[in-house]
Amino acid sequence: MQPTDISDPEYFHKVVDCQWACPAHTPVPEYIRLIAQRRYADAFMINWESNVFPGILGRTCDRPCEPACRRTRIEEKPVAICRLKRVAADYKGDIDDRLPSVPSLKNGKRIALIGAGPASLTVARDLLPLGYSCVLFEKDPQGGGLMRTNIPTFRLPTDVLDEEVDRILEMGVEPRFGEEITSLTAVLDEGYDAVFIGTGAPRGKDMKVPGRAEASANIHIGTDFLKSVAFKHIDSIGKRVVVIGGGNTAMDCCRTALRLGAEQVTVTVRSPRGDMKASDWEIEDAEREGIPILDNHAPKEFVVEDGRLTAVIFEKMRAEYDQNGKRTLLPTGEPPVVLPCDDVLMAIGQDNAFPWIERDLGLTFDDWDMPVVDRKTFQSTLPTVFFGGDAAWGPENIIWAVAHGHQAAISIDLHCRGESLADRPPPTTNLVSQKMGIHEWSYDNAISHDRRVPMPHADLKLALKELTVEAELGYDERLAFDEAMRCLNCDIQTVFAEPLCIECDACVDICPVDCINFTQNGDEADLRERLRVPAQNLDQDLYVSDVLKTGRVMVKDEDMCLHCGLCAERCPTSAWDMQKFTYWDNQAQPGPVHANAA
Amino acid sequence: MTHLAKPRFHHPNLPVNGVGLTRRDYEGVVSTLCAGCGHDSVTAAIIEACFELDIEAHKVAKVSGIGCSSKTTNYFLSRSHGFNSVHGRMPSVATGANLANGDLVYIGVSGDGDTASIGLGQFCHAIRRGLNMVYIVENNGTYGLTKGQFSATNDKHSKGRKGADNLFHPIDLCSLAIELGAGFVARGFSGDKDQLVPLIKAAIHYRGFAVIDVISPCVTFNNHAASTKSYDYVRDHNAAMGQLDLVAEADEIRAEYAAGSSIDVALHDGSSLKLHKLPASYDPTDHGVVLHELARIKDAGGVATGLLSIDPNEADLHDLIGTTSTSLNAIDEADLCPGADALDAINASHR
Ligand SMILES: Cc1cc2nc3c(=O)[nH]c(=O)nc-3n(C[C@H](O)[C@H](O)[C@H](O)COP(=O)(O)OP(=O)(O)OC[C@H]3O[C@@H](n4cnc5c(N)ncnc54)[C@H](O)[C@@H]3O)c2cc1C
Ligand SMILES: Cc1ncc(C[n+]2csc(CCOP(=O)(O)OP(=O)(O)O)c2C)c(N)n1
Ligand code: SF4
Ligand code: SF4
Ligand code: SF4
Ligand SMILES: [Mg+2]
Repeated sequence: MQPTDISDPEYFHKVVDCQWACPAHTPVPEYIRLIAQRRYADAFMINWESNVFPGILGRTCDRPCEPACRRTRIEEKPVAICRLKRVAADYKGDIDDRLPSVPSLKNGKRIALIGAGPASLTVARDLLPLGYSCVLFEKDPQGGGLMRTNIPTFRLPTDVLDEEVDRILEMGVEPRFGEEITSLTAVLDEGYDAVFIGTGAPRGKDMKVPGRAEASANIHIGTDFLKSVAFKHIDSIGKRVVVIGGGNTAMDCCRTALRLGAEQVTVTVRSPRGDMKASDWEIEDAEREGIPILDNHAPKEFVVEDGRLTAVIFEKMRAEYDQNGKRTLLPTGEPPVVLPCDDVLMAIGQDNAFPWIERDLGLTFDDWDMPVVDRKTFQSTLPTVFFGGDAAWGPENIIWAVAHGHQAAISIDLHCRGESLADRPPPTTNLVSQKMGIHEWSYDNAISHDRRVPMPHADLKLALKELTVEAELGYDERLAFDEAMRCLNCDIQTVFAEPLCIECDACVDICPVDCINFTQNGDEADLRERLRVPAQNLDQDLYVSDVLKTGRVMVKDEDMCLHCGLCAERCPTSAWDMQKFTYWDNQAQPGPVHANAA
Repeated sequence: MTHLAKPRFHHPNLPVNGVGLTRRDYEGVVSTLCAGCGHDSVTAAIIEACFELDIEAHKVAKVSGIGCSSKTTNYFLSRSHGFNSVHGRMPSVATGANLANGDLVYIGVSGDGDTASIGLGQFCHAIRRGLNMVYIVENNGTYGLTKGQFSATNDKHSKGRKGADNLFHPIDLCSLAIELGAGFVARGFSGDKDQLVPLIKAAIHYRGFAVIDVISPCVTFNNHAASTKSYDYVRDHNAAMGQLDLVAEADEIRAEYAAGSSIDVALHDGSSLKLHKLPASYDPTDHGVVLHELARIKDAGGVATGLLSIDPNEADLHDLIGTTSTSLNAIDEADLCPGADALDAINASHR
């Protein structure tokens, strides 16, 4: 193999598994170290700069970083990256003086943002400090999008939501709340320099099953139901509730129903449990509250007696998978299951809908009636119109909406400056030795063997009484420290300097996870086979040196490295050094505002 | 030295040997030697050899004297028996232990100071006795632990770190051991585990006295340009005497060897040693040839490594003095201590 080019910003970025997996590329290990040092405000700012909503995301993020966490490759559970983010938000104190200043002299460009969800709010946050004027349209009376209308308060307290939404609004957004956009032409006619559409995927799916129409008084679309609860239009529900659907919306629906006074709540899913869309932790939370989940139950009929819904009849299913893993659900032929109930909550997904976008504007829609949007620039076929969040390609989650918002802001900025959208600003990176003394590093390189710290929960009886009692209590400082110590500091890179190596093998012998090899070079497949422990995880790169004195090369499998620095401690010539790799994803910002904790 | 304990986490795909252990299970505490010390590589080679041989740690006794090298018994097989003795006195302790319990694998680790200076007499007599043990000398040409004095194995006129000249003739431990009749004599280099691990494995299988003189650079006091025990010097002057494979009893021989350049040696336990890529006319079972060849290589400035000499028929101490092959802890009290009458009978037989 050719020697690895470690000056490629993506090489070491990929080693930081969590940051690589985070759609907004949050510098995770950096904020976790700051938490361990009780520097919560600094930890918060790193998050705020990257992901905009640390307090919200620290409670609700879909956390793609956690399954990617290196820790899962050496033990059972990832670092509680998400809940540590909450710690930063909970203990940060006052950070107002750290926020970027917004120029009072505007740059003369006016941007319309439609829909006040996380996508639009991110665009506003990124563009306001650059001098843009941002007009935010929202049909609801308050901003926040689904974070306010659908995520229940027992998962996301209103004050946390308000704080983080208001922080952006107070940067100088011109809110036009309570105003539903019914025509894009009308917006364009107001003469904006760019329009960002962040209207989400607002339409909850329905299902055509016998009895649906007759029972409609007691069948509620999950997202509409949650919104009505959020706006206090609904404050009670029948005693027996059946929830149909296996996603996160279903989990929120069933737990909300319990808190509204339902005595018997049952979740039903068509597919096998393993195929459920809901996150494991959301399923866990529902089950902790005593809600049974019946899988392989497909609704067949709503039973209506005397004009009222009395039960749902289910057909039992089983899944069959073909060679390509494609699933078909087939009835088992068992007798149908009858679940008596008073109300049904239907949570089977959401659709996008753009009835308000005229189809003769030059904005192309595809065969599925979705706008054609560029995956990189978020620009539609109408150059002044951009999309992001759930509106772009269907329902995702908050962190993706944020990531879209950052990229759309870059595009809008370039567009307004008349520059090519393809010339995007590169990420900001840095690589600095952490050596402080012979065996001293500026990071704590001892490896914690502790298991993941469980999240403390509110007393169940109390929690189920009130919609507003937060189910999770969050880590206290002690627990947060223990959990923070589990992080392996994957951003502290092992950097190899060929000319210094005397091939003494000390690093090979000390490495606890057998990453390091000195061997004859070969092609990648061959090298992967020949390592001390064959490198089978193809997602992880090999770090290959130039040719050494004996004619061999150093090959390090990045897969299992604990970043413990023992190789660098054992190396007599400092051919290994531990260097902190900093990676800030590109943003439409004149300069970084983060706390630099180098 | 490193202040951290090595993390317990290991690679999930680490191979497991015949007794269900990984290489990591054969480790000891983290070394306190200088970073890059050759001795640590020898430790790693011992670990690898024991792992590959499916040895159970409680069937091993580690013995050593004094020196950086002698400290290293603490860095491998932490679940084994061990005795860190006085300077140069490891062979006596090993002899006593072996007489009491011949069932253990005895791994002695010593240094060039511990063996060639203060312990030279003990070393010679252990060889004469044919003690069944592996005796590893971690040879760095210096007294590492006492900060870098010349040792007795250091070559004449090689220089100290600050330029001092070594005035005295070296002791070549391998030639000496062959001279004294050691059954298994090898030389290795800490920087070449591919060669060293098979040597250690073969030495463990060998019944009798097996000495391995391992050139093991001292990075702090004897790894400079004018040293003949440095990584660079040994790499540049290494003359390997063939390649060694240990063939366990059950294994069939798969590799093909060029005719005329390979030798098979059957061991007591049914396994055999396969030596190949031997220089033409080299015969490790013929002392005359071996000593002559070693002298020739040395005069040419080379460092002969590999399995230098082997006597497949050496008798070990127990054979020689007719002591019981059962370890004393396995003999019941009545037999072990037959009482006053038995003693009287013995005494009477001498009157
Ligand atoms: C029940 C439920 C629970 C969820 N839980 C989580 C979670 O725990 N974690 C997570 O990461 N994600 C979760 N999500 C998904 C997440 O909320 C969304 O992916 C995210 O909010 C999308 O952000 P957005 O900015 O694209 O749009 P949205 O948040 O959907 O905001 C769009 C806004 O646009 C407004 N709007 C729409 N049309 C118009 C119009 N014509 N004129 C004016 N305003 C308009 C809407 O009123 C809305 O306020 C959940 C979703 C649901 C349904
Ligand atoms: C009886 C006695 N004499 C002298 C010493 C001092 N001493 C300690 S280690 C050592 C030399 C060790 O040299 P070597 O065996 O080559 O070990 P190295 O440290 O080089 O590995 C000496 C002379 C001692 N500990 N005990
Ligand atoms: S161990 Fe820490 S740095 Fe590494 S992936 Fe997990 S959270 Fe990220
Ligand atoms: S930092 Fe070095 S010693 Fe530690 S796991 Fe990584 S490669 Fe191995
Ligand atoms: S410890 Fe240092 S000098 Fe020795 S082999 Fe490793 S990188 Fe090379
Ligand atoms: Mg020495």
